[in-house]
Amino acid sequence: MIGGIDIIVLIATLMAASTPVLLAATGELVAEKSGVLNLGVEGMMIMGAVGGFAVATATGSPVLGFLAGAVAGALLATLFAILTQIFLSNQVATGLALTLFGLGLSALIGKGYEGVRPPQTTKLDFGPLGDIPVLGPVLFGHDWVVYASLVLVGATWAVLKFTRAGLILRAVGENHDAAHALGYRVVAVRFAALAYGGALAGLGGAYLSLVRVPQWTEGMTAGAGWIALAIVVFASWKPERVLIGAYMFSGITALQLQLQAAGYAIPVHLLSMAPYLITIIVLVVLSALHRHGVAAAPAALGRSFHASN
Amino acid sequence: MITLIKRPTPSKGWSYATPIVAVLATMVAGGMLFAALGKNPVEAIRVIFWDPLFGANAAYFRSQLLVKAAPLILIASGLAVGFRAGIWNIGAEGQYIIGAICGAAVALSVYPAESAWLFPAMVIAGALGGWLWGMIPALLKTLFGTSEILVSLMLVYVAQNLLAYVAFGPLKNPQGYGFPGSRNLQQYPSAHNPELFAGTGAHWGVMAAIVAVIALYILMHRHIAGFRIRVAGEAPRAARFAGVVPARLVVFCLGLSGALAGLAGLFEVSGPSGQITDSFNAGYGFTAIIVAFLGRLHPLGILLAGLLMGLTYFGGDMAQLMLQLPAAAIQVFQGMLLFFLLGFDVLTNYRIRIGGARA
Repeated sequence: MIGGIDIIVLIATLMAASTPVLLAATGELVAEKSGVLNLGVEGMMIMGAVGGFAVATATGSPVLGFLAGAVAGALLATLFAILTQIFLSNQVATGLALTLFGLGLSALIGKGYEGVRPPQTTKLDFGPLGDIPVLGPVLFGHDWVVYASLVLVGATWAVLKFTRAGLILRAVGENHDAAHALGYRVVAVRFAALAYGGALAGLGGAYLSLVRVPQWTEGMTAGAGWIALAIVVFASWKPERVLIGAYMFSGITALQLQLQAAGYAIPVHLLSMAPYLITIIVLVVLSALHRHGVAAAPAALGRSFHASN
Repeated sequence: MITLIKRPTPSKGWSYATPIVAVLATMVAGGMLFAALGKNPVEAIRVIFWDPLFGANAAYFRSQLLVKAAPLILIASGLAVGFRAGIWNIGAEGQYIIGAICGAAVALSVYPAESAWLFPAMVIAGALGGWLWGMIPALLKTLFGTSEILVSLMLVYVAQNLLAYVAFGPLKNPQGYGFPGSRNLQQYPSAHNPELFAGTGAHWGVMAAIVAVIALYILMHRHIAGFRIRVAGEAPRAARFAGVVPARLVVFCLGLSGALAGLAGLFEVSGPSGQITDSFNAGYGFTAIIVAFLGRLHPLGILLAGLLMGLTYFGGDMAQLMLQLPAAAIQVFQGMLLFFLLGFDVLTNYRIRIGGARA
């Protein structure tokens, strides 16, 4: 205990607390690596949250709930893909529309679920490992989704870095005209990347409503999707750094909540600002550092692709 | 096989037609949504779009239309300038909140002194507050190259927390029996932003919105600055050769849109809303983004789009009352509108060819 804050509890909550933004940021990273800026992460997350919640309470199965969350996110991302890749709409504006639409639709769907408790997601039992002091609760005290998401993030990193599919995805993101000239199907690759990103964002949202909170409230993502976008910038589009970014951000959120609980004489609302303020500060520091270095963003990020151009 | 063929120049006709097509498509899709919710779609559309203008209580609603549309038009006019230049201020909601807080704070700090100068001072404070809040992403962008999209949006959450803080803390009504929220400015004559012409709903914010639309027209279509802004958005390299300084443009666009959003917040808090509460903001800052796009970033278009969106606001309230339609349905409706608009916009820049691709 330091200043009324239990450090072990804080670190133990970190792994679970970071899962939603970690998933969403990894998904967005894949989409951005393919050259598409999808600002609709918030909308996809909240649709995942409500979709997952609805299915989990209807079926009683959290597994189906998580699947539904991923599907909901992927569907919304596909809508984004149709608009930006086929109808060549502006990606910034379409992403904003996706967020506004997702927030509205989720509120509409979620009306009947307020105050309902979702079925419990099981914790993995590691046997004696969970009894190790300090390490036990920190590493081995979580539900299966936490570990599954870490595996997913690792797999995404490996695919992007070591496989041919990852190479093609990055090529499309760096120079879509060259990739097109080489015979790669730019639009198809981007559809796949966006859908995958949407699925991960939806999964992250479902984790919020099914495990973290766990209940459905309107607008419950509270900017987590935007923070995921900031984490991608923070990570300089490198998957391994997304993990650091997600842990750092969640650490601040968890610490802030613990400070509130510890009853410090700081107004709650000012403490609640901290995660957003610190995200801004980190963004500023990073962009100041990058200013004189090489541009880290995929070269074709945010540009529309049309074969005639 | 359907292929898109790029037009040599954007089609004028389609650029005017797409908003109308988008509105019609939204009505059809919205009708389907309402049908899915178990409501009669034709009745729902009528309650939202027709009754407020031509129904039984139309006179009252027509006056409310200006009240709802004014902040949207005011904010969207500012946003349009930035969007033209490729500068994305999506934090107008935060600038709106800060404008309201600053303006109300000026009034509440001198309460209950009466002076004819108080309201003008509040207006300045509101604009200044919004301007300052917009300057944060602007300076971070120009000094460090930080994304103005992310910073301006993060600042919305900061502003929301700040709003809750002042509503429960510094600006709380000392005679409010412990309830959160400030004194009601409607009961403070010098600070009140009243209805100027009885029955029209027109308060100073409506006047400001009209001035903003005219000023936007002059700036963007009759002044060299507007030309530079448009060049900067369409061909940034050409703009640099023409002597446009990108940093100055960022500061100008974010400052302007921030100040206008701050003004909108001030007029709202001193007029229709009357009070600083933690839920005082109603999402105008985000809806204004839709208004700006629906209005094709053009002053006249924004005016019409603002009125239409204002209509959906209280049309939505009506539908809630009469058809028990959930409040969120109207948000979905607004989101759909933006989707359709962005989707149909392809017709402005591309022709559709059905058949073999021989381009």
